[in-house]
Amino acid sequence: MAVDNEAVKQIAYLARLGVEEDKLEETQREFNKILAWVEELGEVDTNGVEPMFSPHEENILLRNDEVVEGNQSDKILANAPEKEFGYFVVPKVVE
Amino acid sequence: MSNLTELTISESLEKLRAKEISPVELTEAYIKKLEDNKKYNAYVTTVPEKALEQAKESEKRYMSGANKPLDGIVLGIKDLFCTKDIRTTACSKIIDNFVPQYESTVTQNLLDDGAVFLGKLNLDEFAMGGSNETSYFGPVVNPWSKDVKLVAGGSSGGSAAAVSANMCAGATGTDTGGSIRQPSAFCGVTGIKPTYGRCSRYGVIAFASSLDQAGPICKDVRDCALMLNSMAGFDEKDATSARVDVPNFESFLGQDIRGLKIGIPNEYRPDGLNEEIANYWDKAIEMMKEKGAEIVNISLPHTKYALPCYYVIAPAEASSNLARYDGIRFGNRVNGKNMEELHINTRSSGFGKEVKRRILVGTYVLSAGFYDAYYLKAQKVRRLIKNDFDEAFKKCDVILTPTSPIEAFAIGDKKMNESPINMYLNDVFTVSVNLAGLPALSLPIGLSKNGLPLGMQFIGKAFDEKTIFKASYQLEKSVNFKRI
Repeated sequence: MAVDNEAVKQIAYLARLGVEEDKLEETQREFNKILAWVEELGEVDTNGVEPMFSPHEENILLRNDEVVEGNQSDKILANAPEKEFGYFVVPKVVE
Repeated sequence: MSNLTELTISESLEKLRAKEISPVELTEAYIKKLEDNKKYNAYVTTVPEKALEQAKESEKRYMSGANKPLDGIVLGIKDLFCTKDIRTTACSKIIDNFVPQYESTVTQNLLDDGAVFLGKLNLDEFAMGGSNETSYFGPVVNPWSKDVKLVAGGSSGGSAAAVSANMCAGATGTDTGGSIRQPSAFCGVTGIKPTYGRCSRYGVIAFASSLDQAGPICKDVRDCALMLNSMAGFDEKDATSARVDVPNFESFLGQDIRGLKIGIPNEYRPDGLNEEIANYWDKAIEMMKEKGAEIVNISLPHTKYALPCYYVIAPAEASSNLARYDGIRFGNRVNGKNMEELHINTRSSGFGKEVKRRILVGTYVLSAGFYDAYYLKAQKVRRLIKNDFDEAFKKCDVILTPTSPIEAFAIGDKKMNESPINMYLNDVFTVSVNLAGLPALSLPIGLSKNGLPLGMQFIGKAFDEKTIFKASYQLEKSVNFKRI
């Protein structure tokens, strides 16, 4: 199934990526090549086959919901591009 | 001694334990080598002062007899492993200033065993690539290059090149679709991707979480066994880490392989397979026969679909994992007039071309209306690929195939860069193993007529790395490959 330029823009938006207008054609062309290639999978009869989401198929171990490492806001903020008063700073969200 | 850096890990340990050399002396030799070999672009960050401090601590332990299994061994760390207080970038512009506040489990295990870290090694951006050309810091140059600069392979290109050029005794790598094995083959070194769940993924920057697995790249099979023993083990910080005992891998080296059943899959010998590689494969089969192994023809009928299957699943998981790079909590930020614009500006400027391409493909195959046709379909095909291996392993103990269908190619090679698919095709022999979660090791088999290393791969049953080690060690002895 080939996608057009509008679809490429929409997918990019969903991924929060911008595609420059002059790169749109190239992106769309490469995208469609890859799609056409992976569509080979359609040849395989997968009726009744259980999908395999991970090689680790046992139940995932759970732990008690307890704080094991806490009180490290300095470490958490250490790499923040912008911070103030112990918080991450972002552009205004609520008008 | 001038050639300290040419020693294997096991040889170095022997000399360290006999006090013939000191950890500081050894570390200094590697620092010198690092300076001499900058042209390969293998390291993106070096920490020689830290390394010397660690070496001094190691020296004290040797003097007091409290030395640990890898004490004083100088390692390079793929820049995908978070290392506390040492910049960790995934070779992406988007986090080129990121300084982790914690240590990955795998690197912590190595530190606990006395290893010395010399620095962080180059890779394809977020491990997405097979030639190290997608790195924000530029490609690694293969130390085997002659007139033309060749790629070191990828994504662990820096790891393989650094080990090959004696810029560290061993290196960590990660393998999502061949990223340990293919660069190992290109650079004439040995690397193992262990079973999924063998090594903790905690603190390893995620690419495709159901495929990613850490492993060592070393000069030989014994070193891989030693290093994997240190890296592996259950970790409660990784929910998919396996509660399985880790055997002493070194103890299987040198064991007799008479009667060992080695499977040869027909599907890995397509028409047009590079003749030299096919010949080396035959030679490896002969060598194993001479050691008393039994050769069994097997079939992995869904091999043809492994690549398209991988190139749906890996981008899907990547698009989800890389959603975290939003310019808010860490990494670089490019401001905008509102949050949405900030996200878009940050991500558009921070990610490279290949990473963006994979995020787009992944977003598409996961999007409403296409999920079943692409993502779910690929996960079903993945089950069939795994079932193929289950059937094959009823007839054999281990599988032998080439690692890569080609030798190292030139940086900027026209054909490879013409279409992303041309590059993806190089993973044809490696991706199935990741989809099925199996262990596989690549070791050098010889040189091509162009004088470049080629690799062979042993694939084992889940958690049966020991059989891989047993078989690889015997093949390694027969091959007697001459390293740089």
